[in-house]
Amino acid sequence: MEFLSYLISGISLGSVYAIIALGYTMVYGIAKMLNFAHGDVIMVGGYVSFCAVSYLGLPGWLSVVLAMAVCTALGVVIEGLAYKPLRQATSLAVLITAIGVSYFLQNAAQLIWGASPKGYTPLIPTTNAQGEPNTLRLFGGQLSISYISLFTMGACIVIMVLLTFFTGRTKLGKAMRACSEDKGAAQLMGINVNATISLTFAIGSALAAVAGGLLCSFTTSLMPTTGSMPGIKAFTAAVFGGIGSIPGAFLGGILLGVIESLAKAYISTQLANAILFAVLIIVLLVKPSGLLGRYVPEKV
Amino acid sequence: MKKLTQKIKGLKKTTKVDFATYLGVVLAFAAVTLLGRLGLLNRFLTGMLVPICAYIVMAVSLNLTVGILGELSLGHAGFMSVGAFSGVIAAQSLQASIPSAPVRLAVAILVGAVFASAAGFIVGVPVLRLRGDYLAIVTLAFGEIIKELINCLLVGYDSRGLHMAFNINGSLTISDLGLEPEGIAIIKGAQGATGTTTIATFTAGFILIMITLVIVLNLVRSRAGRAIMALRDNRIAAESVGVNVTKYKLMAFVTSAALAGAAGALYGLNYSNLAASKFSFDTSILVLVYVVLGGLGNMWGSIVAAAVLYILPEALREFADYRMLVYAVVLILVMLATNNDQLKALAGRILPKRKGAADNG
Repeated sequence: MEFLSYLISGISLGSVYAIIALGYTMVYGIAKMLNFAHGDVIMVGGYVSFCAVSYLGLPGWLSVVLAMAVCTALGVVIEGLAYKPLRQATSLAVLITAIGVSYFLQNAAQLIWGASPKGYTPLIPTTNAQGEPNTLRLFGGQLSISYISLFTMGACIVIMVLLTFFTGRTKLGKAMRACSEDKGAAQLMGINVNATISLTFAIGSALAAVAGGLLCSFTTSLMPTTGSMPGIKAFTAAVFGGIGSIPGAFLGGILLGVIESLAKAYISTQLANAILFAVLIIVLLVKPSGLLGRYVPEKV
Repeated sequence: MKKLTQKIKGLKKTTKVDFATYLGVVLAFAAVTLLGRLGLLNRFLTGMLVPICAYIVMAVSLNLTVGILGELSLGHAGFMSVGAFSGVIAAQSLQASIPSAPVRLAVAILVGAVFASAAGFIVGVPVLRLRGDYLAIVTLAFGEIIKELINCLLVGYDSRGLHMAFNINGSLTISDLGLEPEGIAIIKGAQGATGTTTIATFTAGFILIMITLVIVLNLVRSRAGRAIMALRDNRIAAESVGVNVTKYKLMAFVTSAALAGAAGALYGLNYSNLAASKFSFDTSILVLVYVVLGGLGNMWGSIVAAAVLYILPEALREFADYRMLVYAVVLILVMLATNNDQLKALAGRILPKRKGAADNG
């Protein structure tokens, strides 16, 4: 029972990582860049949702919708101002620019909202009106799963299914895949490459906003640096599953969450992250392109 | 005099640049020392001299990995961390046996370099098989692992020698080491190194920069250096003419790690308290920014960028809360400007043609 509850908390944490990693992996697939500012978009999403709840008095779900709108706009603006002029530049130049954007977002958030942590009201309150914990009890109360965990897992699966459908069946999704395969050929087929890349950033940032709301529901606090570590871990998850692959990001995220949760429970709280990264290194040494990544042979 | 000018004219262009780099560092050191003697440096600036030296060495050594070897490393602070803590342990435990502070500092820096190069070798052997962004993520992961491991480390020293413990579940404290009453605690887990005798000096920093430059520039201009650059420019072509990929990649990577360790030892011995969280992902990124803005493969560029960018956030203090925001904007604008085709064309017309370092990060 104990093991099961750790496993479930790992899966729900992993679902958050998976949602963030989906954004990472889509952007990487199409723009071939490591968007280090992605983690900070999560933080902005969290703050927007926090403000909507505490200052405007909106319900939790509406605050997340608002955060999605703001983050989508933010993602498109960042892409247009900072990344688009660097389309032809070296990948290192783009990486440094992404880091600059990340610094900018963190410090802007610190100026606007202050450095001290803000208390975030979880999207689904931990206790109901009667003061009982909002959890699903199974096996005669031996195993309890909070509704927010269930909701997170559900949200992750829905997002994953929608994205798979979108990239596989719709015209825009096919355009996206074409661009990630070969930008030049895609352009010759009449696909607007720049618009497609902007769309990818928009979707990735909207997902980051959702992840922000869910992540803060778990941690119940919010700081300008809230997004950095989950951002790095989600990036790890994306690489773990094979960067550029949507099912890979999902699998990588879930596995990462489970490893982290079990390592914390059974080995060491202090070393949880070290174990996580060690597993990543071992997997990459055995499968250099990630669990579900495609192996691209080098041509001479 | 005429003979000398002719001799200088006859040198290769790279040799001239190298000599100019050495000369620039010596002149900068002389100027700063002179200003210090005249009392023109405020305390705030003198306090930054040793960290600047350490970061210059970090930038030059990372430039060896990123600019010359062409592999993106996001965990360079990990090697700095290994060097810093092994250096601090060495310096603290040798206090009785080596009373002279400069000698102890030199030994500590050497110990830091040895441990960091060992770490570089352990990481390098498996990791250098990976390519591009995968290598980047593994070096990032390595940096985080080092940080967490040192966070769990307890080290003390007494007359019986070194005592170490590994605090896996957070229940141990420094008293569990069973130190004698006159023993000293060197590393206290998450608090890091505390009560370190600060023996790092600006002169030592200057000497370390010069040694680093001699090592790196001679490596780059040697046969091995040309092999490393050939691997960067085209691995398959280099391999097909008989360049040993693993050997030369490791040579560059381990040298880079050793120098980072030396820089770490210098840095660690400049502060009486130092936590492992200081050497996080952010530090690795900071050094990478120095390298990229200074120019890939350009050593004097790294030196200037490290010195200027280390002082910049401090110099922007009058903007108070806005300084990091300004720093971020400056960073983005510089990247946009240096990669703008129109500006590049303009610069190409004004400046004489230069061959830039190739990039495949």
